[in-house]
Amino acid sequence: MASDRTPLGGTVEAADEAEGAPGTDVALPEEPEARRALMPAIEPERLVNDWGRSERVENAIDRTLYEFFYRYWFRVEVEGIENVPDHGGALLVSNHAGALPPDAAMIAKALRDEHPVSRRLYITVEHFFKGYPGFSMLVPKVGGVAAHPANVHRLLYDEGECVLVFPEGRKGTEKLFKDRYKLRRFGRGGFVQAAMRAEVPLVPIALVGAEEAMPVFAQVGLLRRLTGLIYFPITPTFPWLGPLGILGFLPAKFRIRFLEPIDTVALGGREAADDRALVQTVAQEIRARIQENLHDMLAERRSVWFG
Amino acid sequence: MLVTGLATDWGGRLARALESHPQVEAIIGIDSAEPRVELERTEFVKVSNRHSLLARILRAAEIDTVVDVRLAVNSVTMPPAEAHENNVIGTMSILAACQEADSVRRLIFKSSAHYYGSEQDDPAFFAEDMRRPHRPRTRLERDIVEAEAAVAEFADTTPRVSVAVARCANVLGPGLDTGFTRLFALPLVPMILGFDPRLQFVHRDDVVRALEFLTLADLEGTYNVAADGVLALSEVISLLGKRPAPVVPPVGTGLLASALRLMGVRIPDELVNLLRFGRGLDNRKLKAAGFTYTHTSREAVQRLGEHLRLDPVRRGLEPAYTYEREVEEFLRWSPYVRRERRGPREGVEADHEPLGI
Repeated sequence: MASDRTPLGGTVEAADEAEGAPGTDVALPEEPEARRALMPAIEPERLVNDWGRSERVENAIDRTLYEFFYRYWFRVEVEGIENVPDHGGALLVSNHAGALPPDAAMIAKALRDEHPVSRRLYITVEHFFKGYPGFSMLVPKVGGVAAHPANVHRLLYDEGECVLVFPEGRKGTEKLFKDRYKLRRFGRGGFVQAAMRAEVPLVPIALVGAEEAMPVFAQVGLLRRLTGLIYFPITPTFPWLGPLGILGFLPAKFRIRFLEPIDTVALGGREAADDRALVQTVAQEIRARIQENLHDMLAERRSVWFG
Repeated sequence: MLVTGLATDWGGRLARALESHPQVEAIIGIDSAEPRVELERTEFVKVSNRHSLLARILRAAEIDTVVDVRLAVNSVTMPPAEAHENNVIGTMSILAACQEADSVRRLIFKSSAHYYGSEQDDPAFFAEDMRRPHRPRTRLERDIVEAEAAVAEFADTTPRVSVAVARCANVLGPGLDTGFTRLFALPLVPMILGFDPRLQFVHRDDVVRALEFLTLADLEGTYNVAADGVLALSEVISLLGKRPAPVVPPVGTGLLASALRLMGVRIPDELVNLLRFGRGLDNRKLKAAGFTYTHTSREAVQRLGEHLRLDPVRRGLEPAYTYEREVEEFLRWSPYVRRERRGPREGVEADHEPLGI
């Protein structure tokens, strides 16, 4: 992709040849190719990209922590990976669970290891991560991006990357064990809007296992306020084993099912993105499909630990 | 053409760049201090921020283009009260003068990316039509936002004048004194523990070229001026060949900043948030208008690194040029001085490639 980007250096063209007519305000071109040509030049010497993603850190974690959890701890099984396109943007939508959710990392690892062209994934995270010392450093390095509509649009439309969203958001990770695999509300459908604006396919994902990997038995409001955390869960290992107890995942069997993609161009694409009713309908439909597949996968599952 | 803030780094360099364009008939530079660069045909008028005086100059010289580069964008070089006076009151008087003088057709205003601020819920790349999600926290930022608001209002109410605003990222350049260059000159660069913000810079020459481009290309609207590439602070520090010192605790940062100030290390208020959350700009609009940058953020940092390594060796050497008003005036106006008109300046190194406009 580096070849179609603007080379550095060179001189400024004559003003008459510039696209802006005298006294006018220049706007960014609409076509993704033209926008891509204006993207920042890639400097191969750099180890960190413009989103703060570091290949070095990512590889190190991927080869150790992710590898261990993916192969031996959760023994992840993947179906339907071909539903993620080989190139161009795609918005992946998944259910979400666990106080420190392992699902995002496992989906990223699945795309990296099992996808025919080994796609890299950007994971949208809530803004509060940027305010936590440590997390703020680590999350962008491994592909986390703040869930700002402008960020998602740039990644999908201008850069043609895969982006993962959890429409349940914090409501998903807050929910207790007794509510497992019951999808929460899917927000206001902002993710559908993002995909339609960028005219990229939506790929729903049903993921089984994360709920049992870190069951949350209770949320303690008082301790949450005292510690300043976003929530204070009681899990089998947290807070009993101290802060690191938040990494105490149980070895549940993971299954990830990538569902049929939804073509947003057929839905009306960019022009229809502001149609509230349509956006809501599509969001509901995706939610229903993920829920249905979850039920299907749960019905097939004989053991939480062995699948 | 009128350039305000001639004594600032931009003002002087921009005037010098504009001198090479024959279609620029006359360049008049104003400031309350003497300019610091050698100027060939720019007229310097020492004037305060009084708008009646400015309007008289504008009318008398029939100025059609005003380039306002006087905005103070860091709090290390100017005391806060003076910066407020300059940024808010100064901008108001220039706008009022432009309104009064009918000859003015264009206004180019140099602003700063501090307009966007730096917060937890920022987008990763600010585009020109985005606004800061929260109210400004520091006085400097408040003043910059206020100045820009005044410029926007002026643009709305005065259709006769087309207004272009350049929002510059943090500028790096040899010899430039900003909050960042001071931090980067330290042997250990302080970082806030647990944070590695994304930062974007722009080389000084590119800022001058962008201002020159906006002045001559007759564009309207707001343009981000920021080099390609957003770097992590840790990356910047390693490019400079320095060591990071993650010593500033994440809580009570303001308190520690004041303690460090007593020890002689100053983290300016407007950088405290930047060192935590960082900031990136979308620079594509100016590129779409036809501008190309000569340096990426990384290269700008590398140039600064080279300069910082050379600095101890160079220190104490006489500066190549110092402005002496009387000498300049003698050279320019005395009938006894033999002049070669518009020849290339000898002995003066060109700052950058001239624009092909």
